[in-house]
Amino acid sequence: MARLADWLLALPILLPLLACAGGAALRGRPGAQRMLTAAASAAMLLSAALLLGVVDRGGPIASQMGDWAPPFGITLVADRLAAALVLITAVMYAACALAARGDAALGEAEPLWHPLLAALVTGVAGAFLAGDLFNLYVWFEVMLIASFGLLVLKAGAAGRDAAVKYAVLNLVATSVFLIAIGLTYGLAGTLNLADLARRLPEAPNQGAVGAVAFLLLAAFAAKAAVFPLFFWLPASYHTAPAPVGAIFAALLTKVGVYALIRLFTLVFPGELPWVGPLIGLAAALTMVVGVLGAAAHWEIRRILSFHIISQIGYMLVGIAIATPLALAGAVLYMLHHIVVKANLFLVAGAIRRAGGSFSLAALGGLWRRDPWLGLLFAVPALSLAGLPPLSGFWAKLLVIRSGLEAEWYWLAAVALATGILTLYSMLKIWLEAFWKAPPEGQAAPPPLLGAERAWLLAPVAALALITLAIGLWTEPFAAFALAAGEELLGREAYIAAVLGGTP
Amino acid sequence: MKESLILQSSARYVLWTSLAVSLFILLRGHNEPGGGFIGGLVGALGFVFHALALGQGATRRLLRLDPLAWAGLGLLAAALAGLPALLHHGEPFLTQQWLAGTPIGTALLFDLGVYLVVVGFALAFVLPFLEE
Repeated sequence: MARLADWLLALPILLPLLACAGGAALRGRPGAQRMLTAAASAAMLLSAALLLGVVDRGGPIASQMGDWAPPFGITLVADRLAAALVLITAVMYAACALAARGDAALGEAEPLWHPLLAALVTGVAGAFLAGDLFNLYVWFEVMLIASFGLLVLKAGAAGRDAAVKYAVLNLVATSVFLIAIGLTYGLAGTLNLADLARRLPEAPNQGAVGAVAFLLLAAFAAKAAVFPLFFWLPASYHTAPAPVGAIFAALLTKVGVYALIRLFTLVFPGELPWVGPLIGLAAALTMVVGVLGAAAHWEIRRILSFHIISQIGYMLVGIAIATPLALAGAVLYMLHHIVVKANLFLVAGAIRRAGGSFSLAALGGLWRRDPWLGLLFAVPALSLAGLPPLSGFWAKLLVIRSGLEAEWYWLAAVALATGILTLYSMLKIWLEAFWKAPPEGQAAPPPLLGAERAWLLAPVAALALITLAIGLWTEPFAAFALAAGEELLGREAYIAAVLGGTP
Repeated sequence: MKESLILQSSARYVLWTSLAVSLFILLRGHNEPGGGFIGGLVGALGFVFHALALGQGATRRLLRLDPLAWAGLGLLAAALAGLPALLHHGEPFLTQQWLAGTPIGTALLFDLGVYLVVVGFALAFVLPFLEE
């Protein structure tokens, strides 16, 4: 038998890849496609949970694809952060696949939805497990192709316009990434992340190392929608159907954040004095610009898109401060935010179905018509704003406390103020969509009932339960995040898992 | 272009010739320049010529399956080529396995998968442009 690690690292990529291939081959048989997606997402959930269990107990594991010795071959690595993100990716895969079943807006586009969703999940899981820079680049491309496909699935003219902006701006970012990869290889003669961590400090031209770090920072910051490179996100996310928006909001920007964390803890750990202050400044501006953008909009999907940007800022705070506590905050924030943001987009889909629109002006009176929907909106919305006892409160608490402990008072203050403005945006959706009287002269759409209700609201309720679990039973999650933060700064266990030797 | 008698009568021969050449390139890629990707492109060229001459409907009938379904089957073959190593030999995913003493191994299945993916995707892109 193969080593368990070889299985566990291959499966989270292989399962959605098989679902993508099978889904494409089964075109025109929606029943079979659905079964395949269900089977693949369930199997991926299991294998990712097992991976997390193994990594949490025994430390980072690595597998060399094709048995090529590192640093020459393709390495897959998982530490606590990567394994947790793979698991949450599997959760998102299942949740979005379920919600799409009830989303009539996606209906006839379904033959392509299944393979494209699986391809996106493949790319995301691959990026989280990639052990070298070029492989990471390839997974970014897989994600880009799949997400472009998903954006144009049901697109009218506005959607195609958004998709072109999205693809072009992302291609610019990946080109910068590719240039940086070329320079890195010229400097160090390797692209394996663990090997780079050993070699780059010895590179003769340290000025060029700084330049490469800056290029990589810019490329990943664009992927993560960090100020001032965020403009592709609000230009495109607001046209997608709700399940597509949910999987995008949950995963795409977080891969950029993950790459930033990996890079600036493993490859460039604290050797470049400008990195911390620069990321800190970008974090503050990202939080403020995002939340102000959200305050200015009156369409639910646009509001939520701007909030993705502002929340990315909180994760950057962790990278800027880079103490174990701050990184733990960033890790917990990522996990919390993926669940909450996907959930808000799924609720937005249900609101549109129940109220007939994404636009706040055309909505109203939903609380009276469907109080359960209101409750299901309230959980992720209040969690996003950071109210106790929900998951967002603890994530914000960790981030802000690490800021105070490291004496970054101004950054902590910005984070607090952003939380209050977030609450304003969420209250705006609440008051407009649920509380105010419905606009006159509009026939309400038929009530959300039966199977459609179950498909749309079951994943929402499940994700809300995860939010509540993190909020009410915080101890294990916080302990895990702290262990992940320590592990990221420890570095040696990761390097030893890839290159051999004892940590 | 559809009125050209020469084009229409030569289309079938061009198709089979380019498929034969593409298979040669696919197999040659084992140890020399070539392989599934470039072979797939050459094969797709034959189909595109066929579609130009006889209409994309005729080409679709010849393919039997939707081009994207062919791409899916190819991806399936390439992904499955990685499994024997895990299942039988205790080696990491995608490690090359040989059929006892022959040069036939999982690399061939992988390359065949790449070939089908390239043909499928190229035709999925091109054929809609030739719709009447």
